Amino acid sequence: MSGSHVAAFAETRDGTLTGAAGEVASTAVRLAGELDREARASVLAPEGPGGLETLGEYGVAEVLHGSHDAFASYNPEQWTAGFVELLRLDEPSVVLLPATALGKDLAPRVAATLGVPLIGDVTRIEVRNGALIATRPVFAGKALAEVRIDARPAVITLRPNVFSAERTAAGPAKVIVVTPSLSQPRMRTIERRTGGGELDVTEASTVVSGGRGMKGPEHWHLLEALRDALGGGATLGASRAVVDAGWRPHAEQVGQTGKTVSPKLYVAVGISGAIQHLAGMRSASTIVAVNRDPDAPIFRVADYGIVGDAFEVLPALSRAIAELKAGD
Amino acid sequence: MSELDIAVCVKRVPATDTRIRIAGSGAGIETAGVKYILSPYDEFAIEGALRLRDAAGGGRVSLVSFGAAAAQEQLRTGLAMGADSATLLAGDSDVDALATARVLAGWFSSLEEQGGASGLILLGVKAADYDQQQVGPMLGVLLDRPCVTGVVEVELRDGAVRCERETETGVEVVEVELPAVLTVTKGAYEPRFVSLRGIMAARRKPLLTGEAESAPSGAVVERLIAPPARPPGRVVGTGSEAVPELVRLLREEAHAI
Repeated sequence: MSGSHVAAFAETRDGTLTGAAGEVASTAVRLAGELDREARASVLAPEGPGGLETLGEYGVAEVLHGSHDAFASYNPEQWTAGFVELLRLDEPSVVLLPATALGKDLAPRVAATLGVPLIGDVTRIEVRNGALIATRPVFAGKALAEVRIDARPAVITLRPNVFSAERTAAGPAKVIVVTPSLSQPRMRTIERRTGGGELDVTEASTVVSGGRGMKGPEHWHLLEALRDALGGGATLGASRAVVDAGWRPHAEQVGQTGKTVSPKLYVAVGISGAIQHLAGMRSASTIVAVNRDPDAPIFRVADYGIVGDAFEVLPALSRAIAELKAGD
Repeated sequence: MSELDIAVCVKRVPATDTRIRIAGSGAGIETAGVKYILSPYDEFAIEGALRLRDAAGGGRVSLVSFGAAAAQEQLRTGLAMGADSATLLAGDSDVDALATARVLAGWFSSLEEQGGASGLILLGVKAADYDQQQVGPMLGVLLDRPCVTGVVEVELRDGAVRCERETETGVEVVEVELPAVLTVTKGAYEPRFVSLRGIMAARRKPLLTGEAESAPSGAVVERLIAPPARPPGRVVGTGSEAVPELVRLLREEAHAI
Protein backbone atom coordinates (compact mmCIF):
# COMPACT_ATOMS: atom_id res chain seq x y z
CA MET A 1 0.00 0.00 0.00
CA SER A 2 1.37 3.37 -0.99
CA GLY A 3 1.42 6.30 1.37
CA SER A 4 -0.37 6.46 4.63
CA HIS A 5 -2.25 9.71 5.05
CA VAL A 6 -5.70 10.96 4.09
CA ALA A 7 -5.69 13.73 1.46
CA ALA A 8 -8.49 16.28 1.21
CA PHE A 9 -9.01 18.07 -2.10
CA ALA A 10 -9.97 21.55 -0.89
CA GLU A 11 -12.00 23.02 -3.73
CA THR A 12 -11.44 26.58 -4.87
CA ARG A 13 -13.56 28.69 -7.18
CA ASP A 14 -12.02 31.79 -8.69
CA GLY A 15 -9.01 31.13 -6.49
CA THR A 16 -10.98 31.11 -3.22
CA LEU A 17 -11.83 28.12 -0.99
CA THR A 18 -15.46 27.01 -1.28
CA GLY A 19 -17.78 25.79 1.48
CA ALA A 20 -17.20 22.24 0.31
CA ALA A 21 -13.49 22.61 1.16
CA GLY A 22 -14.28 22.74 4.90
CA GLU A 23 -16.55 19.69 4.72
CA VAL A 24 -13.91 17.65 2.89
CA ALA A 25 -11.02 18.79 5.12
CA SER A 26 -13.00 18.08 8.28
CA THR A 27 -14.03 14.62 7.07
CA ALA A 28 -10.43 13.82 6.14
CA VAL A 29 -9.33 14.77 9.66
CA ARG A 30 -12.01 12.57 11.28
CA LEU A 31 -11.23 9.61 9.00
CA ALA A 32 -7.49 10.02 9.54
CA GLY A 33 -8.15 9.90 13.29
CA GLU A 34 -10.02 6.61 12.92
CA LEU A 35 -7.21 5.17 10.81
CA ASP A 36 -4.56 6.61 13.13
CA ARG A 37 -3.06 8.59 10.29
CA GLU A 38 -2.45 12.17 9.32
CA ALA A 39 -4.71 14.39 7.21
CA ARG A 40 -3.39 16.79 4.64
CA ALA A 41 -5.08 19.08 2.15
CA SER A 42 -4.33 19.64 -1.51
CA VAL A 43 -5.40 22.83 -3.24
CA LEU A 44 -5.22 23.99 -6.84
CA ALA A 45 -5.25 27.78 -7.02
CA PRO A 46 -3.28 30.57 -8.64
CA GLU A 47 -0.42 32.13 -6.74
CA GLY A 48 -1.34 34.71 -4.15
CA PRO A 49 -3.34 35.15 -1.00
CA GLY A 50 -6.07 32.59 -0.69
CA GLY A 51 -6.30 32.00 3.01
CA LEU A 52 -5.14 28.44 2.43
CA GLU A 53 -3.52 28.30 5.87
CA THR A 54 -7.04 28.63 7.37
CA LEU A 55 -7.57 24.96 6.45
CA GLY A 56 -5.57 24.37 9.63
CA GLU A 57 -8.69 25.32 11.59
CA TYR A 58 -10.23 22.01 10.53
CA GLY A 59 -7.24 20.14 11.93
CA VAL A 60 -5.23 19.76 8.73
CA ALA A 61 -1.52 20.01 9.48
CA GLU A 62 -0.19 20.66 5.98
CA VAL A 63 -1.57 22.11 2.78
CA LEU A 64 -0.02 21.22 -0.55
CA HIS A 65 -0.72 24.15 -2.85
CA GLY A 66 -0.49 23.42 -6.57
CA SER A 67 0.10 26.92 -7.82
CA HIS A 68 -0.57 27.92 -11.43
CA ASP A 69 -2.45 30.62 -13.33
CA ALA A 70 -4.42 27.84 -15.04
CA PHE A 71 -6.17 27.17 -11.73
CA ALA A 72 -7.97 30.52 -11.72
CA SER A 73 -10.95 28.78 -13.32
CA TYR A 74 -11.75 25.11 -13.84
CA ASN A 75 -10.63 23.21 -16.89
CA PRO A 76 -10.66 19.43 -16.70
CA GLU A 77 -7.36 18.49 -18.29
CA GLN A 78 -5.03 20.89 -16.49
CA TRP A 79 -6.74 20.38 -13.14
CA THR A 80 -6.49 16.60 -13.57
CA ALA A 81 -2.80 16.85 -14.44
CA GLY A 82 -2.15 19.25 -11.55
CA PHE A 83 -3.94 17.17 -8.94
CA VAL A 84 -2.42 13.89 -10.14
CA GLU A 85 1.03 15.48 -9.87
CA LEU A 86 0.33 16.47 -6.25
CA LEU A 87 -0.96 12.97 -5.47
CA ARG A 88 2.13 11.34 -6.96
CA LEU A 89 4.33 13.56 -4.81
CA ASP A 90 2.28 12.95 -1.73
CA GLU A 91 1.14 9.32 -2.13
CA PRO A 92 -1.93 9.30 0.14
CA SER A 93 -3.87 6.10 0.86
CA VAL A 94 -7.26 7.86 0.80
CA VAL A 95 -8.24 10.85 -1.35
CA LEU A 96 -11.44 12.78 -0.60
CA LEU A 97 -13.02 15.29 -3.01
CA PRO A 98 -16.38 17.06 -2.91
CA ALA A 99 -19.19 15.72 -5.12
CA THR A 100 -19.80 19.24 -6.41
CA ALA A 101 -20.16 19.99 -10.12
CA LEU A 102 -16.38 20.47 -10.27
CA GLY A 103 -15.59 17.41 -8.17
CA LYS A 104 -17.88 15.17 -10.22
CA ASP A 105 -16.07 16.20 -13.38
CA LEU A 106 -12.55 16.06 -11.95
CA ALA A 107 -12.63 12.94 -9.74
CA PRO A 108 -13.33 10.30 -12.44
CA ARG A 109 -10.48 11.67 -14.55
CA VAL A 110 -8.08 11.60 -11.60
CA ALA A 111 -9.13 8.07 -10.59
CA ALA A 112 -8.82 6.73 -14.14
CA THR A 113 -5.38 8.34 -14.49
CA LEU A 114 -4.29 6.62 -11.28
CA GLY A 115 -5.94 3.37 -12.41
CA VAL A 116 -8.21 3.09 -9.37
CA PRO A 117 -12.01 3.11 -9.03
CA LEU A 118 -13.95 6.12 -7.79
CA ILE A 119 -16.68 5.84 -5.19
CA GLY A 120 -18.83 8.87 -5.89
CA ASP A 121 -21.40 10.98 -4.07
CA VAL A 122 -20.79 9.17 -0.80
CA THR A 123 -22.95 9.93 2.25
CA ARG A 124 -21.08 7.86 4.87
CA ILE A 125 -17.56 6.52 5.37
CA GLU A 126 -16.57 4.02 8.02
CA VAL A 127 -13.82 1.60 8.90
CA ARG A 128 -15.30 -1.85 9.53
CA ASN A 129 -13.00 -4.73 10.54
CA GLY A 130 -10.11 -2.85 9.05
CA ALA A 131 -11.86 -2.36 5.70
CA LEU A 132 -12.86 1.01 4.30
CA ILE A 133 -16.60 1.06 3.57
CA ALA A 134 -18.28 3.93 1.74
CA THR A 135 -22.06 4.21 1.42
CA ARG A 136 -23.59 5.86 -1.62
CA PRO A 137 -27.17 6.34 -2.79
CA VAL A 138 -28.10 4.41 -5.95
CA PHE A 139 -31.26 4.51 -8.07
CA ALA A 140 -31.38 8.24 -7.22
CA GLY A 141 -31.67 7.46 -3.52
CA LYS A 142 -34.17 4.58 -3.65
CA ALA A 143 -31.43 2.33 -2.21
CA LEU A 144 -28.00 2.67 -0.62
CA ALA A 145 -24.94 0.66 -1.70
CA GLU A 146 -22.23 -0.18 0.81
CA VAL A 147 -18.99 -0.38 -1.14
CA ARG A 148 -15.79 -1.95 0.20
CA ILE A 149 -12.79 -0.16 -1.24
CA ASP A 150 -9.67 -2.30 -1.58
CA ALA A 151 -7.80 -0.13 -4.09
CA ARG A 152 -5.22 2.38 -2.85
CA PRO A 153 -5.47 5.22 -3.00
CA ALA A 154 -9.19 4.95 -2.27
CA VAL A 155 -10.73 7.86 -4.18
CA ILE A 156 -14.05 9.11 -2.83
CA THR A 157 -16.28 12.12 -3.49
CA LEU A 158 -18.48 13.38 -0.64
CA ARG A 159 -22.02 14.58 -1.18
CA PRO A 160 -22.27 18.26 -0.18
CA ASN A 161 -24.16 19.21 3.00
CA VAL A 162 -23.96 15.68 4.44
CA PHE A 163 -20.60 15.82 6.23
CA SER A 164 -20.14 18.57 8.79
CA ALA A 165 -17.31 21.08 8.68
CA GLU A 166 -15.92 21.44 12.20
CA ARG A 167 -13.31 23.95 13.19
CA THR A 168 -11.40 21.96 15.79
CA ALA A 169 -7.98 23.60 15.82
CA ALA A 170 -6.88 27.17 16.11
CA GLY A 171 -3.56 27.13 14.35
CA PRO A 172 -2.85 27.86 10.71
CA ALA A 173 -1.69 25.01 8.51
CA LYS A 174 1.75 24.97 6.94
CA VAL A 175 1.41 25.70 3.21
CA ILE A 176 3.85 24.03 0.82
CA VAL A 177 3.81 25.47 -2.69
CA VAL A 178 4.39 23.22 -5.69
CA THR A 179 4.32 24.42 -9.28
CA PRO A 180 3.01 21.65 -11.52
CA SER A 181 4.08 21.44 -15.13
CA LEU A 182 1.03 21.62 -17.35
CA SER A 183 0.55 21.22 -21.07
CA GLN A 184 -1.92 23.20 -23.15
CA PRO A 185 -5.50 21.99 -22.69
CA ARG A 186 -7.14 20.35 -25.70
CA MET A 187 -10.46 21.84 -24.66
CA ARG A 188 -10.90 25.52 -25.46
CA THR A 189 -13.53 27.59 -23.70
CA ILE A 190 -15.13 29.96 -26.20
CA GLU A 191 -17.76 31.56 -24.03
CA ARG A 192 -19.31 31.46 -20.55
CA ARG A 193 -22.87 32.59 -19.94
CA THR A 194 -24.02 32.64 -16.33
CA GLY A 195 -27.60 32.64 -15.18
CA GLY A 196 -26.96 35.07 -12.35
CA GLY A 197 -24.23 33.30 -10.38
CA GLU A 198 -26.59 31.12 -8.38
CA LEU A 199 -25.55 28.16 -6.30
CA ASP A 200 -25.84 24.67 -7.76
CA VAL A 201 -28.84 22.80 -6.44
CA THR A 202 -26.64 19.91 -5.20
CA GLU A 203 -24.44 22.28 -3.21
CA ALA A 204 -27.07 24.54 -1.67
CA SER A 205 -27.92 24.06 2.01
CA THR A 206 -31.52 25.15 1.31
CA VAL A 207 -33.51 24.39 -1.84
CA VAL A 208 -36.81 26.06 -2.76
CA SER A 209 -38.40 23.97 -5.51
CA GLY A 210 -41.41 24.71 -7.66
CA GLY A 211 -43.67 22.39 -9.63
CA ARG A 212 -46.63 22.57 -11.91
CA GLY A 213 -48.75 24.02 -9.11
CA MET A 214 -46.89 27.30 -9.72
CA LYS A 215 -48.99 27.55 -12.90
CA GLY A 216 -46.35 29.30 -15.03
CA PRO A 217 -42.77 30.64 -15.09
CA GLU A 218 -44.08 34.17 -14.54
CA HIS A 219 -44.87 33.24 -10.93
CA TRP A 220 -41.33 32.18 -10.03
CA HIS A 221 -40.68 35.56 -8.39
CA LEU A 222 -42.68 34.18 -5.44
CA LEU A 223 -40.16 31.35 -5.03
CA GLU A 224 -37.26 33.76 -5.54
CA ALA A 225 -38.65 35.92 -2.73
CA LEU A 226 -38.71 32.90 -0.40
CA ARG A 227 -35.18 31.94 -1.46
CA ASP A 228 -33.97 35.48 -0.73
CA ALA A 229 -35.73 35.51 2.65
CA LEU A 230 -33.99 32.24 3.57
CA GLY A 231 -30.66 33.92 2.83
CA GLY A 232 -27.21 32.72 1.76
CA GLY A 233 -26.90 29.08 0.81
CA ALA A 234 -30.43 28.94 -0.63
CA THR A 235 -31.13 28.23 -4.28
CA LEU A 236 -33.98 27.26 -6.59
CA GLY A 237 -34.94 23.74 -7.68
CA ALA A 238 -37.63 22.43 -9.99
CA SER A 239 -39.72 19.37 -10.73
CA ARG A 240 -39.34 17.45 -13.96
CA ALA A 241 -42.75 18.66 -15.16
CA VAL A 242 -41.75 22.32 -15.15
CA VAL A 243 -38.37 21.59 -16.78
CA ASP A 244 -40.08 19.58 -19.53
CA ALA A 245 -42.53 22.45 -19.99
CA GLY A 246 -39.55 24.78 -20.54
CA TRP A 247 -40.36 26.95 -17.51
CA ARG A 248 -37.01 26.29 -15.82
CA PRO A 249 -33.55 25.04 -16.90
CA HIS A 250 -32.60 21.37 -16.50
CA ALA A 251 -29.74 22.37 -14.17
CA GLU A 252 -32.41 23.02 -11.51
CA GLN A 253 -34.22 19.68 -11.91
CA VAL A 254 -34.36 17.49 -8.80
CA GLY A 255 -35.09 13.79 -9.21
CA GLN A 256 -33.98 10.69 -11.02
CA THR A 257 -33.38 12.39 -14.38
CA GLY A 258 -32.07 15.46 -12.63
CA LYS A 259 -30.03 15.89 -9.48
CA THR A 260 -30.17 14.05 -6.18
CA VAL A 261 -29.87 16.50 -3.31
CA SER A 262 -29.40 16.37 0.47
CA PRO A 263 -29.89 19.94 1.71
CA LYS A 264 -30.60 20.91 5.30
CA LEU A 265 -33.99 22.28 4.20
CA TYR A 266 -36.04 21.39 1.11
CA VAL A 267 -39.21 23.36 0.38
CA ALA A 268 -41.47 21.81 -2.30
CA VAL A 269 -44.15 24.13 -3.60
CA GLY A 270 -46.82 22.92 -6.00
CA ILE A 271 -44.99 19.59 -6.45
CA SER A 272 -47.20 16.52 -6.12
CA GLY A 273 -44.24 14.17 -5.52
CA ALA A 274 -43.67 11.62 -8.29
CA ILE A 275 -41.54 8.67 -7.15
CA GLN A 276 -38.58 9.97 -9.20
CA HIS A 277 -38.77 13.35 -7.45
CA LEU A 278 -39.18 11.88 -3.96
CA ALA A 279 -36.12 9.71 -4.53
CA GLY A 280 -34.07 12.78 -5.43
CA MET A 281 -34.85 14.78 -2.28
CA ARG A 282 -35.84 12.31 0.42
CA SER A 283 -32.48 12.55 2.18
CA ALA A 284 -32.96 16.26 2.95
CA SER A 285 -32.75 16.89 6.72
CA THR A 286 -36.07 18.76 6.80
CA ILE A 287 -38.76 18.74 4.11
CA VAL A 288 -41.55 21.31 3.83
CA ALA A 289 -44.41 20.91 1.33
CA VAL A 290 -47.03 23.37 0.19
CA ASN A 291 -49.72 21.88 -2.04
CA ARG A 292 -53.43 22.37 -2.69
CA ASP A 293 -54.08 18.64 -2.85
CA PRO A 294 -54.13 17.08 0.66
CA ASP A 295 -53.62 13.63 -0.93
CA ALA A 296 -50.44 14.61 -2.83
CA PRO A 297 -47.67 12.00 -2.20
CA ILE A 298 -45.27 14.80 -1.21
CA PHE A 299 -47.11 15.06 2.16
CA ARG A 300 -46.05 11.51 3.01
CA VAL A 301 -42.39 12.55 3.18
CA ALA A 302 -42.80 16.17 4.31
CA ASP A 303 -41.88 16.84 7.94
CA TYR A 304 -44.15 19.87 7.77
CA GLY A 305 -46.93 20.37 5.24
CA ILE A 306 -49.34 23.17 4.52
CA VAL A 307 -52.40 22.33 2.46
CA GLY A 308 -53.13 25.48 0.55
CA ASP A 309 -52.70 27.72 -2.42
CA ALA A 310 -49.05 28.55 -3.21
CA PHE A 311 -50.00 32.07 -4.23
CA GLU A 312 -51.47 32.72 -0.80
CA VAL A 313 -48.98 30.79 1.34
CA LEU A 314 -45.70 31.82 -0.32
CA PRO A 315 -45.90 35.60 0.27
CA ALA A 316 -46.93 35.02 3.89
CA LEU A 317 -44.10 32.50 4.41
CA SER A 318 -41.46 34.75 2.82
CA ARG A 319 -42.61 37.69 4.96
CA ALA A 320 -42.65 35.66 8.20
CA ILE A 321 -39.16 34.25 7.58
CA ALA A 322 -37.76 37.65 6.62
CA GLU A 323 -39.19 39.13 9.85
CA LEU A 324 -37.77 36.30 11.93
CA LYS A 325 -34.32 36.70 10.37
CA ALA A 326 -34.43 40.49 10.78
CA GLY A 327 -34.92 39.92 14.52
CA ASP A 328 -31.87 37.63 14.83
CA MET B 1 -12.72 14.65 -44.17
CA SER B 2 -14.02 11.12 -44.30
CA GLU B 3 -17.53 10.41 -43.18
CA LEU B 4 -17.97 10.65 -39.48
CA ASP B 5 -18.54 7.51 -37.48
CA ILE B 6 -20.35 8.34 -34.24
CA ALA B 7 -20.56 5.75 -31.48
CA VAL B 8 -23.08 5.95 -28.65
CA CYS B 9 -22.59 3.87 -25.48
CA VAL B 10 -25.91 2.90 -23.93
CA LYS B 11 -27.17 1.00 -20.89
CA ARG B 12 -30.23 -1.04 -19.95
CA VAL B 13 -31.65 0.21 -16.62
CA PRO B 14 -34.82 -0.26 -14.56
CA ALA B 15 -37.56 2.22 -15.56
CA THR B 16 -37.29 5.36 -13.41
CA ASP B 17 -40.74 4.82 -11.88
CA THR B 18 -39.67 1.41 -10.52
CA ARG B 19 -40.11 0.83 -6.80
CA ILE B 20 -36.73 -0.58 -5.92
CA ARG B 21 -36.89 -3.59 -3.60
CA ILE B 22 -33.71 -5.13 -2.25
CA ALA B 23 -33.34 -8.85 -2.94
CA GLY B 24 -33.09 -10.97 0.21
CA SER B 25 -29.35 -11.09 0.64
CA GLY B 26 -28.79 -7.42 -0.15
CA ALA B 27 -26.67 -8.49 -3.11
CA GLY B 28 -28.94 -6.83 -5.66
CA ILE B 29 -32.42 -5.64 -6.44
CA GLU B 30 -35.55 -7.70 -6.93
CA THR B 31 -35.80 -7.94 -10.72
CA ALA B 32 -39.10 -9.81 -11.02
CA GLY B 33 -41.72 -7.55 -12.56
CA VAL B 34 -39.23 -4.74 -13.20
CA LYS B 35 -39.59 -3.02 -16.55
CA TYR B 36 -36.30 -2.11 -18.19
CA ILE B 37 -35.64 0.86 -20.45
CA LEU B 38 -32.85 2.56 -22.34
CA SER B 39 -31.31 4.92 -19.76
CA PRO B 40 -32.96 8.34 -20.38
CA TYR B 41 -29.65 10.19 -20.73
CA ASP B 42 -28.54 7.69 -23.36
CA GLU B 43 -31.64 8.60 -25.37
CA PHE B 44 -30.45 12.21 -25.41
CA ALA B 45 -27.03 11.01 -26.60
CA ILE B 46 -28.58 8.91 -29.41
CA GLU B 47 -30.78 11.83 -30.45
CA GLY B 48 -27.74 14.12 -30.54
CA ALA B 49 -25.80 11.60 -32.64
CA LEU B 50 -28.67 11.17 -35.13
CA ARG B 51 -29.01 14.92 -35.56
CA LEU B 52 -25.25 15.31 -36.15
CA ARG B 53 -25.34 12.53 -38.75
CA ASP B 54 -28.37 13.99 -40.49
CA ALA B 55 -26.99 17.54 -40.43
CA ALA B 56 -23.74 16.27 -42.00
CA GLY B 57 -25.75 14.47 -44.67
CA GLY B 58 -23.77 11.27 -44.12
CA GLY B 59 -21.89 9.13 -41.66
CA ARG B 60 -22.93 6.35 -39.34
CA VAL B 61 -24.27 6.05 -35.83
CA SER B 62 -23.34 2.81 -34.09
CA LEU B 63 -24.49 1.78 -30.63
CA VAL B 64 -22.59 -0.28 -28.11
CA SER B 65 -23.80 -1.66 -24.79
CA PHE B 66 -21.91 -3.64 -22.18
CA GLY B 67 -24.22 -5.78 -20.10
CA ALA B 68 -26.75 -8.56 -19.96
CA ALA B 69 -27.89 -10.30 -23.15
CA ALA B 70 -31.32 -8.79 -22.52
CA ALA B 71 -29.85 -5.36 -23.39
CA GLN B 72 -30.43 -6.34 -27.03
CA GLU B 73 -33.94 -5.03 -26.44
CA GLN B 74 -32.62 -1.54 -25.63
CA LEU B 75 -30.22 -1.68 -28.59
CA ARG B 76 -33.21 -2.47 -30.85
CA THR B 77 -34.94 0.60 -29.45
CA GLY B 78 -31.92 2.70 -30.39
CA LEU B 79 -31.87 1.15 -33.86
CA ALA B 80 -35.57 1.94 -34.19
CA MET B 81 -34.79 5.57 -33.31
CA GLY B 82 -32.50 5.58 -36.35
CA ALA B 83 -29.04 4.29 -35.40
CA ASP B 84 -27.35 2.22 -38.14
CA SER B 85 -25.87 -0.69 -36.21
CA ALA B 86 -25.42 -2.00 -32.70
CA THR B 87 -23.06 -4.21 -30.74
CA LEU B 88 -23.74 -5.95 -27.45
CA LEU B 89 -20.69 -6.71 -25.35
CA ALA B 90 -22.20 -9.42 -23.22
CA GLY B 91 -20.84 -9.62 -19.71
CA ASP B 92 -21.40 -8.80 -16.08
CA SER B 93 -21.75 -5.02 -16.08
CA ASP B 94 -22.60 -4.91 -12.37
CA VAL B 95 -19.11 -3.67 -11.69
CA ASP B 96 -17.57 -0.31 -10.93
CA ALA B 97 -17.39 2.44 -13.54
CA LEU B 98 -13.66 2.02 -14.16
CA ALA B 99 -14.16 -1.66 -15.01
CA THR B 100 -16.93 -0.67 -17.44
CA ALA B 101 -14.80 2.10 -18.95
CA ARG B 102 -11.97 -0.43 -19.43
CA VAL B 103 -14.28 -2.80 -21.33
CA LEU B 104 -15.47 0.03 -23.59
CA ALA B 105 -11.94 1.39 -24.08
CA GLY B 106 -10.80 -2.11 -25.07
CA TRP B 107 -13.62 -2.32 -27.60
CA PHE B 108 -12.87 1.09 -29.14
CA SER B 109 -9.13 0.34 -29.26
CA SER B 110 -9.80 -2.92 -31.11
CA LEU B 111 -11.96 -1.02 -33.62
CA GLU B 112 -9.15 1.46 -34.09
CA GLU B 113 -6.69 -1.34 -34.81
CA GLN B 114 -9.08 -2.59 -37.46
CA GLY B 115 -9.24 0.91 -38.96
CA GLY B 116 -12.83 1.50 -37.92
CA ALA B 117 -12.36 4.10 -35.22
CA SER B 118 -15.25 6.23 -34.05
CA GLY B 119 -14.19 9.86 -34.23
CA LEU B 120 -16.86 10.87 -31.80
CA ILE B 121 -18.08 8.84 -28.83
CA LEU B 122 -21.21 9.96 -27.02
CA LEU B 123 -22.58 8.70 -23.71
CA GLY B 124 -25.40 9.76 -21.43
CA VAL B 125 -23.98 11.95 -18.66
CA LYS B 126 -24.90 9.17 -16.21
CA ALA B 127 -26.94 5.98 -16.12
CA ALA B 128 -30.26 6.17 -14.30
CA ASP B 129 -29.42 3.16 -12.10
CA TYR B 130 -26.09 3.67 -10.32
CA ASP B 131 -25.85 7.40 -11.03
CA GLN B 132 -22.07 7.27 -11.28
CA GLN B 133 -21.39 10.00 -13.82
CA GLN B 134 -17.96 8.47 -14.38
CA VAL B 135 -17.74 6.22 -17.44
CA GLY B 136 -17.49 9.06 -19.99
CA PRO B 137 -14.58 10.99 -18.42
CA MET B 138 -12.81 7.71 -17.53
CA LEU B 139 -13.15 6.52 -21.14
CA GLY B 140 -11.64 9.83 -22.27
CA VAL B 141 -8.60 9.26 -20.02
CA LEU B 142 -8.18 5.61 -21.09
CA LEU B 143 -8.37 6.47 -24.81
CA ASP B 144 -6.34 9.68 -24.33
CA ARG B 145 -9.13 11.75 -25.88
CA PRO B 146 -10.55 15.01 -24.54
CA CYS B 147 -13.90 14.54 -22.81
CA VAL B 148 -16.54 17.23 -22.45
CA THR B 149 -19.22 16.46 -19.83
CA GLY B 150 -22.81 17.66 -19.48
CA VAL B 151 -23.20 18.60 -23.14
CA VAL B 152 -26.63 19.90 -24.21
CA GLU B 153 -25.93 20.71 -27.86
CA VAL B 154 -23.16 19.84 -30.35
CA GLU B 155 -22.14 21.26 -33.70
CA LEU B 156 -19.52 19.77 -36.02
CA ARG B 157 -17.02 22.14 -37.57
CA ASP B 158 -14.00 21.06 -39.63
CA GLY B 159 -12.71 18.17 -37.59
CA ALA B 160 -13.74 19.74 -34.31
CA VAL B 161 -16.89 19.87 -32.22
CA ARG B 162 -18.34 22.94 -30.57
CA CYS B 163 -20.35 22.00 -27.50
CA GLU B 164 -22.71 23.87 -25.26
CA ARG B 165 -22.47 22.40 -21.80
CA GLU B 166 -24.54 22.85 -18.69
CA THR B 167 -22.62 24.28 -15.73
CA GLU B 168 -23.93 24.78 -12.21
CA THR B 169 -24.69 28.42 -12.93
CA GLY B 170 -25.26 28.67 -16.65
CA VAL B 171 -23.89 27.58 -19.98
CA GLU B 172 -20.34 27.21 -21.28
CA VAL B 173 -19.36 26.90 -24.93
CA VAL B 174 -16.24 24.78 -25.51
CA GLU B 175 -14.48 23.41 -28.56
CA VAL B 176 -12.38 20.26 -28.93
CA GLU B 177 -10.69 18.58 -31.88
CA LEU B 178 -11.80 15.10 -32.89
CA PRO B 179 -11.45 12.35 -31.80
CA ALA B 180 -13.36 13.20 -28.64
CA VAL B 181 -15.71 11.81 -25.99
CA LEU B 182 -18.83 13.74 -24.97
CA THR B 183 -21.36 13.04 -22.21
CA VAL B 184 -24.82 14.35 -23.03
CA THR B 185 -27.47 15.65 -20.65
CA LYS B 186 -31.04 16.83 -21.01
CA GLY B 187 -31.30 19.98 -23.08
CA ALA B 188 -31.85 20.51 -26.77
CA TYR B 189 -32.14 16.84 -27.65
CA GLU B 190 -35.74 15.77 -27.07
CA PRO B 191 -35.60 12.09 -28.09
CA ARG B 192 -37.73 11.32 -31.15
CA PHE B 193 -40.63 8.92 -30.91
CA VAL B 194 -40.00 5.47 -32.25
CA SER B 195 -42.25 4.92 -35.27
CA LEU B 196 -43.63 1.60 -36.47
CA ARG B 197 -41.56 2.04 -39.61
CA GLY B 198 -38.50 2.56 -37.40
CA ILE B 199 -39.24 -0.65 -35.50
CA MET B 200 -39.64 -2.59 -38.77
CA ALA B 201 -36.39 -1.12 -40.15
CA ALA B 202 -34.55 -1.95 -36.91
CA ARG B 203 -35.23 -5.65 -37.42
CA ARG B 204 -33.06 -5.64 -40.52
CA LYS B 205 -30.19 -3.63 -39.04
CA PRO B 206 -27.07 -5.42 -37.82
CA LEU B 207 -26.97 -6.25 -34.11
CA LEU B 208 -23.75 -8.04 -33.30
CA THR B 209 -22.93 -9.78 -30.06
CA GLY B 210 -19.53 -10.32 -28.53
CA GLU B 211 -18.26 -11.37 -25.14
CA ALA B 212 -16.57 -9.01 -22.73
CA GLU B 213 -14.45 -9.94 -19.77
CA SER B 214 -14.47 -7.55 -16.87
CA ALA B 215 -12.96 -7.57 -13.44
CA PRO B 216 -13.70 -5.27 -10.52
CA SER B 217 -10.98 -2.65 -10.29
CA GLY B 218 -10.76 -2.58 -6.50
CA ALA B 219 -14.22 -1.66 -5.23
CA VAL B 220 -16.93 -4.18 -4.42
CA VAL B 221 -20.57 -3.56 -3.49
CA GLU B 222 -20.89 -5.52 -0.25
CA ARG B 223 -24.64 -5.06 -0.01
CA LEU B 224 -27.57 -2.89 -0.91
CA ILE B 225 -29.73 -1.54 1.88
CA ALA B 226 -32.98 0.41 1.96
CA PRO B 227 -32.63 4.11 2.75
CA PRO B 228 -33.65 5.04 6.31
CA ALA B 229 -37.40 5.56 6.56
CA ARG B 230 -38.56 9.12 7.09
CA PRO B 231 -40.97 9.80 9.92
CA PRO B 232 -44.55 9.96 8.62
CA GLY B 233 -45.45 13.30 7.11
CA ARG B 234 -47.31 15.82 9.21
CA VAL B 235 -49.65 18.54 8.00
CA VAL B 236 -49.26 21.71 10.07
CA GLY B 237 -52.43 23.38 8.82
CA THR B 238 -54.29 24.95 5.97
CA GLY B 239 -53.55 28.14 4.04
CA SER B 240 -51.53 31.13 5.20
CA GLU B 241 -52.96 30.81 8.73
CA ALA B 242 -50.60 27.86 9.20
CA VAL B 243 -47.52 29.94 8.35
CA PRO B 244 -46.68 31.22 11.87
CA GLU B 245 -46.78 27.66 13.26
CA LEU B 246 -44.67 26.37 10.37
CA VAL B 247 -42.05 29.06 10.93
CA ARG B 248 -42.01 28.32 14.66
CA LEU B 249 -41.48 24.61 14.04
CA LEU B 250 -38.74 25.26 11.50
CA ARG B 251 -36.91 27.44 13.98
CA GLU B 252 -37.51 25.69 17.30
CA GLU B 253 -37.98 22.03 16.41
CA ALA B 254 -36.08 21.47 13.16
CA HIS B 255 -33.47 24.23 13.62
CA ALA B 256 -33.67 24.61 9.85
CA ILE B 257 -33.93 28.41 9.60
